[in-house]
Formats: sequence, C-alpha cells, structure tokens
Amino acid sequence: MDFVPLTDADRQVMLKRIGVASFEELLRAVPSAIPAARMDLPPALSEPELARLAADLASLNATAESHGCFLGAGAYRHFIPSVVRYLTSRGEFLTAYTPYQPEASQGTLQAMYEYQSVLCDLTGMDVANASLYDGATALAEACVLAIKETDRPNLVLAGTVHPEYRQTVRTYLKQTAGKIQELSAVEGTVSVEQAGEWIDSKTAAVVVQVPNRFGCLEPVDDLAELAHKNGALFIVVVNPISLGILPAPGSYGADIVIGEGQPLGTDLQYGGPYLGLFACRQALLRKIPGRIVGMTRDAHGRRGFVLTLQTREQHIRRAKATSNICTNEAMMALAATVYLGALGREGFRDLAVQNLQKARYAFDRLTQLHGVRPLFPPPFFNEFALHMPCDPELLNRRLLEDGFLGGFPLKRWDPDLSSGWLVCVTEVPTRAEIDRFVEAVKRAIR
Amino acid sequence: MTPPPSAMREHPPASPLPKTPHSPGRLLEPLLRELGEPGRRGFVLPALDVPERAVEELLPPAWIRKDPAPLPEVSERDLVKHFMRLAHLNFSVETNFYPLGSCTMKYNPRVNEEIAALPGFAQIHPHTPEQGAQGTLRLLFELDQMLQQILGMDAVTLQPAAGAHGELTALLMAKAFHESRGHPRHKVVVPDSAHGTNPASASLSGFEVVEVRSNARGRISLSALASAVDEDTAVFMMTNPNTLGLFEPEVLEIASWVHEKGALMYLDGANMNALLGRVRPGDMGFDMVHVNVHKTFSIPHGSGGPGGGPVGVKASLKPFLPAPQVEVRDGLYRLAPAGSLSIGRVRSFYGNVGALVRAYAYIRALGAPGLRRVSEGAILNANYLKALLKDVFPIPVEEACMHEFIATAKALKQTQGIKAMDIAKRLLDYGFYAPTICFPLIVEEALMIEPSETESRQTLEQFADALRKIAQEARENPERVRTAPHRMPVSRLDEVQAAREPNLRW
Repeated sequence: MDFVPLTDADRQVMLKRIGVASFEELLRAVPSAIPAARMDLPPALSEPELARLAADLASLNATAESHGCFLGAGAYRHFIPSVVRYLTSRGEFLTAYTPYQPEASQGTLQAMYEYQSVLCDLTGMDVANASLYDGATALAEACVLAIKETDRPNLVLAGTVHPEYRQTVRTYLKQTAGKIQELSAVEGTVSVEQAGEWIDSKTAAVVVQVPNRFGCLEPVDDLAELAHKNGALFIVVVNPISLGILPAPGSYGADIVIGEGQPLGTDLQYGGPYLGLFACRQALLRKIPGRIVGMTRDAHGRRGFVLTLQTREQHIRRAKATSNICTNEAMMALAATVYLGALGREGFRDLAVQNLQKARYAFDRLTQLHGVRPLFPPPFFNEFALHMPCDPELLNRRLLEDGFLGGFPLKRWDPDLSSGWLVCVTEVPTRAEIDRFVEAVKRAIR
Repeated sequence: MTPPPSAMREHPPASPLPKTPHSPGRLLEPLLRELGEPGRRGFVLPALDVPERAVEELLPPAWIRKDPAPLPEVSERDLVKHFMRLAHLNFSVETNFYPLGSCTMKYNPRVNEEIAALPGFAQIHPHTPEQGAQGTLRLLFELDQMLQQILGMDAVTLQPAAGAHGELTALLMAKAFHESRGHPRHKVVVPDSAHGTNPASASLSGFEVVEVRSNARGRISLSALASAVDEDTAVFMMTNPNTLGLFEPEVLEIASWVHEKGALMYLDGANMNALLGRVRPGDMGFDMVHVNVHKTFSIPHGSGGPGGGPVGVKASLKPFLPAPQVEVRDGLYRLAPAGSLSIGRVRSFYGNVGALVRAYAYIRALGAPGLRRVSEGAILNANYLKALLKDVFPIPVEEACMHEFIATAKALKQTQGIKAMDIAKRLLDYGFYAPTICFPLIVEEALMIEPSETESRQTLEQFADALRKIAQEARENPERVRTAPHRMPVSRLDEVQAAREPNLRW
C-alpha cells in the first residue's frame, strides 16, 4: 500500500503535458555517477497484514494498562478523559501544520493561545510559549536564555534535578557555557549552604526541580533569594500535576518555569513525544525560544490570533535566533489544554490531592514492611524514595511477573543508592490495587 | 474555475457574546475561559478510596497552594463543542490541498494512528524493564536498520524530536569528531538558500556560521564553496534537492572538495521525499543526514508537531551518537549505554517513539518499491503542476524540478502591486492552503509549491485553475486580491499590533 493515486493513464497525460517522453528524463540533473539506491527492506504489507504485525509487536510489551503501574521518574501514568483523545485525533488539528496562514489556522492559533493561558494559570508566570520538545530540552533552552539574558557564563544546577535533564543541559551547553556546577543532595534536597558558596556574580541561573527527582521539596525560598541577590535567574522545573496543590512557582520567585507536560493528557508512549513546558516573566518575553501566539484584530476589527514576535525565530533571524526550534509539540499542547479544560479549577485540585493522598497511603503501607524504610523523610507529592532490603532490579523482575511495574531503581542514576527504589502513586490505582501491590512487594522481598 | 461549494466553506456566524477586555471586536468562538461558569466540570474522578488525611498533615503550610489555579470551568459538552468549532476553523491535509513547500504535507495514513494508539505502544512506560519492552525495542531496532538502508548510512540515532533537533545533534557530533582527532574546528558553512534552522542550529551548537551565496538556481558553485570552506570548517550543510527543488548536479565534486579540507558533509534531509529509493545520501558523499519523519514518512504534522528527526551517520561518526542506542544481545533487545565518545543525551528518554511507531508502519506498508513510487509521484506531481502554471506565474528556473518548485509573483508586483502574500491569501478563498511564501530568500516574491505524491491529478488541475483565476483577478480587479481573503472567518490580522502590544494569554 503506497497511498499514491497515480494511474498509468495519469502518468501518460502528465508526462505529455510536462513535455518529456519518460519519467527518467525528469532526473537528468542527477549525475549518473551516483549509484542507484539499493535497499534491503522487508516486503510491502497490506493494511490487514500490517495491523496483525503491529498487534503482535504491541502484545510483547508490558504496559501501564496490562500491569499495575507504580513507576514514574519523569513519565507519569494518569487517567486521560476520552475527550482528550477524541479531539486530538481530529484531522483538522492533527493534519495541519504550523499556522503560517492565520486566516486558515484560527483553530490551532486560538487553542495555542488557550494553552499559553492555562500554563500561566498553573505556574503563576506572565507568559508562556506554544511548546518545546520535552522537559529536558525545555530546561536546556531555559539555560541558553539565562546565559544570553544575564551575559554570564555559569550555571548552578541542583543535583536533585532529573539526571537526564542535567545531561541534556550539558550536551546542549558544553560548547557555549562556562562552568556547570551541580549542588549535592543532603537528605534528598540540596544544601543551601553550598548554594550560597557557589552562586556568585558569574552565575547565569540557578536550577531546581520541585518535587525533585527523589520526590522531595526543595528549599526554594532560600535558593530564589540567593539567585536574585546575585543577579542570577531562578529556573524551576515542575511536575505540572503537582501544581494542583503545590504553590505556583511564580509565588516563590521563579523567573522561568519549565517542566515535562506529558502528565497533562499525553500517553506514556515509551518516552515521547512529550511536551516541553516553558513559561517565564514578562521581562524575558523577547528572548523566549519557540512559537508564541498572540491575540490581535483583523482588517474588519474582528478578534483573531497570529504567530507573533517571530523576529526571535530561526526562519527570520537565522543564526541570531533565540533557538533553532521549528517543529514543536503542538498536539501535546492541545491535549494539555483539553485535559485541563476537562478537569477545571476544582477538578485539577482534586486530582492533585488524590495523588498526594494515595501516595501517602502507599508510603505508609510499604514502610511497614520488614526491612523497608524511607530513604528520605516526607513531605512528598506523588513520588517517594525507599530503601529496600533487596536488589530493586531483582524486585522489579519479580513484580513484573506478578503483574506490576515496580518503582524506579535509583542505582541506575547513582551507584551509591543501590537499595533505593523510587515509587510513584498517581490517582489511577485503587486502594485494592495498592494493597495488592504492597502484598506483592512483601512476597518479593522475602 | 469556480470551485465546488464544498471547497468554499462558509463559516458559522460569530457568536453573539458580550465583549470582554480582551475582545476588541466580534468573536468567532469565545475563549474557553469565557465559556466557563464556577462549579462546572468536564470530568470527575472517582471518590478517593484511601483513608483521607488533612492536607495540612501531608504538606507544610508553605507548600499548600492558597488559591487553586484559575482554570476554565466547563461542561464536557461545551468543551467538545468549543474544540470542534475551533477544529472547523482550520485547513488541514485531511480537508484541503496543502501545498506548503518544504513541508511535504502528504496524506497521513489513518491505520498508523490506530497502530500508535494500541495500548501496547501507547501505554508503555519508558522505564519498563527491558524484558517487558521487547515489542517497542524490536520496532525501534528494525526502524534503525531500515533507515540505514534508506539513507545509505552505517548507523542511526532515533532520538531527535524534530529536524532542527537532528541538525543540532549532528553538529554536536561533528564538533566532538573533530575534537577527538586533535583538530577542533569552529566554522559551519551554510548556503544562503538553506532553511533557517541550519544557521540557527550551527549557532546553538557553538559554531561560527559562514554563509555562502548560491546562484540564481539556488545552487552552490564549487568556486563559491572553495573560498568558504577551509581547514577550520567542521561541516558543510547542504540541502539536496535544494530549497528551489533542484538537484545539485555537482554534489559529488562538492563532497570531494569538502572532504579534502577535512570537513564533513551534512545533508538537511527535509527534501528526502524526492530521493526515496532513487539515490541515497550515503552514496553521494554525505557523512551525516537527518530525515523528518513528519515529512518523508507520513507522520501527521499536528498543527506544528510532534515530528521526529532521526540522524544517520557514516561509521566514522558512530562512536559519537547520543545515548542510548537499541542493540540486540543474547536474543534480547536492549538499551545500550553511552560509549566514552558519545555526545551524551539530547533529550529525555529515547526519542519521539509514538511518531517512530507511525514511521515504522509506513515503511513496512510501502516496502522498497512503494518508497520508489513515492518519489516518482512527488516528482511527477511537482513537474506537472509546474507545467500547468508556467504561463501563469514565471518559474525562475526553467528545468525539471524534483519534488517542489518555485514560482514568482514578481511581475504582478511590478505591474499591479500584487505580492506573493496576496496570492496566498486569495488561494484560501478558493479552499486551498497557501504555498510557502517569501522563501527561499534568494527569489523575489517566491511561491514555493510542493504538492506531494498523495494528491491526484485532478486536485493539481483545480489548484492550477484557481491560481490562473487569481492571476486574472489581479489584473482585472487587483483590489479584490489585495484585500483577500474574503470568505475566511478573519482576514489580514494585524501582526504589527500583535507584536507591539503582545496579548499572549487571558
């Protein structure tokens, strides 16, 4: 199946009109010294054959649907209302592209304006862009912005920021930043004392994640004060669902808020496509990376929306652009907007509270098991680190056979935390499922 | 031609809602927030079934949000109506011909959406133990192998989230490659006809950008290149076919010149649709290439994304690939950690897997002969449309094009003051999305037209008829074109005001 509608009769009509005798004549510019492509590919499949192949492959995976999921560490299983999938599968959104012609793209443009608005609602920031690739690249872009804005070379990252985010920052900025320092973790959060020693007049930004990669809450007020006292930007990485109950980072001094937007209505999909959240203070507006949608009026005075402040972008500014991003994650941004619209003001708070309550219930039950203890003390949101009396990788293999996706073995990030197990409990599992999970853990660690 | 009424969609009348502080005029569709009423909900969770504790027991007072985020409060019915009405304000590939040059707006097979939505693919957590992720890992491994075949490369990374991200990844690899040989290089050479992402990516990865002028055909001459590429050049970034839709006939000579200087050849694979199954980047001197799965491999463009930008490289660059790579060992597909020379991570997890699942399905559906029919169709459609239009809008370069071509409205601008932008706007009235306009920058009043292989001959003829009619209108009633569109829900939005007084949220 090739989805090409040309018939032989079409080909004849078209070649004649073009004025060539054969298709090959159209390829005269291609030098004959370039060998013709030889490709060793599997044979073509009809739709039923393809569907069967795909179903067979998909059936080899253990999923958050086939298994009870207590795994997070950067990607989170939440219930997605059916309207989210329905509306994001509409071809009018799905098969359009970047809204270069606003008159024929008002649907996308208004939806992106609404996305920017709800993101500001959540974060307490003034402005947001219309999405970046994912949380990790959003952080890298925020650091690029901070270095340009402050004209300073160095970054101070909390070592408790998701390791993949820190690695991405290093990859992006190895060539262009000065020192990238990482604050060490003490009892699950960074040391304000160390931050005080490191943050100085050459620091472009201080980066912290809330809740951090162990689920813990950082001393944000002290860090914000240290950053601002030294003229650095304060960048906060968030889990957006937590903002249903945790304060908006705008209320504790964040200059830029970034995050992984996947929990807002995007499927787990083995890690992507996800959604890079980016919001900041008004003062940074003209340095923001990526698309921004603005409201304006048309020639007849009607309200409408356009891509705006495009002189920041690569298609206009080329080498001097604020970022190289072109294609973004607009469908995930649309999913987030529909998701937040469905939950609404009260529903979103309820959701966060259910995450908080269920995680605490699971924490209390798990820490009663023999040999299991908290790695770090509460408070936490929906994720917490435990010390386990057996190898967490082995534990997970046993749990997988028992129908559960266990927590994240922290030794994959830090060899020192060989017994560490990061457990995530969202609103999805019922009490009965949490109880069964606790029983399965009990059997597995015996 | 007068298009059928269905192509000229009449939009619903504007809602008679009161003005808000943000609404200077008539409303097409209220904002979601304007539809809300306190207490309404579009979704309700089951009641909490674990023992409830006071939130104050679970969080310190400073960590409890005082006021909930002021999200809209709408019913499910209103939510669906709102977004359906917004959907109806869009043109899309599924509803309109969408000849947006350089973007390859081909049909996006629906079966691929169904496949990507299978719970086995959609609901798999990225940290799932490898033995529980064999289906996805195998798919990624096989896609990697197939892309190596299609691109003529020795290794592939599937991680980049989009074309520009692929460019960045490749350039960082090039930097590391030169450094590892004890000869760090600082310059990237880019033609002035290149996509804006090329210089932007080079600059983001810490290179000095050197622009070389292309000739009137958008082509790079060896003499121009000779003065730009030297021992400090890390990479020459080339687009082939170039952004005028023309194949670079000197590509082999260019490659040997660039290689002689010790630099690497990079192909911006945005135009890979023209080459599929005919010639491979790896066989024409390129060391690195990215391919846009949302263009070439039919992933829907999603109103702007997501896409995917896998990068293929020659063996000498393999050690620098970002981590992790999928490998097969002892019959098990695994994620191999980074080697010591890897540039590291370019994102979280392993790539836009959901998009890659669709690309895999597309390539499996087509096979090698199908991919060749894609490039045949793309080239034939572009040349046919060009032939239909050449007496309407001059084609600056009179030779066979590949998958897209450039027409120019320069003459109409001189005689009637009608610009490419005006023609683009008027096309919307006829039910067609507009070509890419005013790009590449080297052609005045450019209309960059890429029909793609999935459009029928009849669609191309209807589009050509509309452009012919617009050209006639431009001569007989230029005001009609200059003030277009007339049948769209809004017309000529004030971009100056939008930038001067930014209103970016409610």
